[in-house]
Amino acid sequence: MEQKNKYSIIVPTYNERLNIALIVYLIFKHLRDVDFEIIVVDDGSPDGTQEVVKQLQKLYGEDRILLRPRPKKLGLGTAYIHGLKHASGNFVVIMDADLSHHPKYLPSFIKKQSETGASIVTGTRYVKGGGVHGWNLMRKLTSRGANVLAQTLLWPGVSDLTGSFRLYKKSVLEDVISSCVSKGYVFQMEMIVRASRKGYHIEEVPITFVDRVFGSSKLGGSEIIEYLKGLSYLLVTT
Amino acid sequence: MKHVLKLFSLLVVISALWIGLLQASIIPRSHSWLLPIYFIVSLGCYGLLMVGVGLMRFPTCPREALLLQKDIAEAKDFLKQKGVDVGSD
Repeated sequence: MEQKNKYSIIVPTYNERLNIALIVYLIFKHLRDVDFEIIVVDDGSPDGTQEVVKQLQKLYGEDRILLRPRPKKLGLGTAYIHGLKHASGNFVVIMDADLSHHPKYLPSFIKKQSETGASIVTGTRYVKGGGVHGWNLMRKLTSRGANVLAQTLLWPGVSDLTGSFRLYKKSVLEDVISSCVSKGYVFQMEMIVRASRKGYHIEEVPITFVDRVFGSSKLGGSEIIEYLKGLSYLLVTT
Repeated sequence: MKHVLKLFSLLVVISALWIGLLQASIIPRSHSWLLPIYFIVSLGCYGLLMVGVGLMRFPTCPREALLLQKDIAEAKDFLKQKGVDVGSD
């Protein structure tokens, strides 16, 4: 029996006092027989996110929920690096705190990994069993366009490049993250493309993505330019 | 090899084939001259088609949104009982 795997779930937060409580409850509900820890990397939220996390620590234990705050907003990529430093598991899960990623999919990530021995399991919204809720036509159109462009130019071997619900072997995440420089969701794309180029075994599981605050995912002209820049950057560097 | 070089060499191979075709004149030159244009147009069509098909089959999950609301209510109840501050918003 090799039941000695430990999963470190890194959740970056900024003003998520309600959501962080909900997500912690749901993680504990769905991961009953698994050894895991939750690492909350809070970027100095003014809304009291850290107070709520401390209450949760009292409820669930300080060894299960680790609060590793940073003084101010310092970006997503460095939040993962920061969380990674404190991770004691041999696997690391990264997910968003806003509940667009539901913890009920965690068991399927773990199962997929143990069945295939993959280095990375990435959640995909664009296959059977997956899906998105709360996007208008424009949002869907840009998403599809961006995806077709990236698939045609980069041949990444995964269907959902900008998704950020993923499970990594810890050593693999450490390796890949150190060579990534992008920001925002281009960062997610860079991570998976670099991992794919390095020849790591990547598997996919379907996930659903529920955008609760309708139209909150802003995708304006500047985001599209950022995306195209990121795409060309990846074309010449990977 | 950087990916852009891969794409570039693919392009070179295709151009070489085209030039070969022009030289060999298996098909009339007046036709083969236009092949690159056909190529670009069909690439554009492929892109539009993929976006269109992707849009038509875009997987949505309205049920998930409802289930999530239930989960949220359940979590709030539990956390309130345990004295975690989930009120006010």
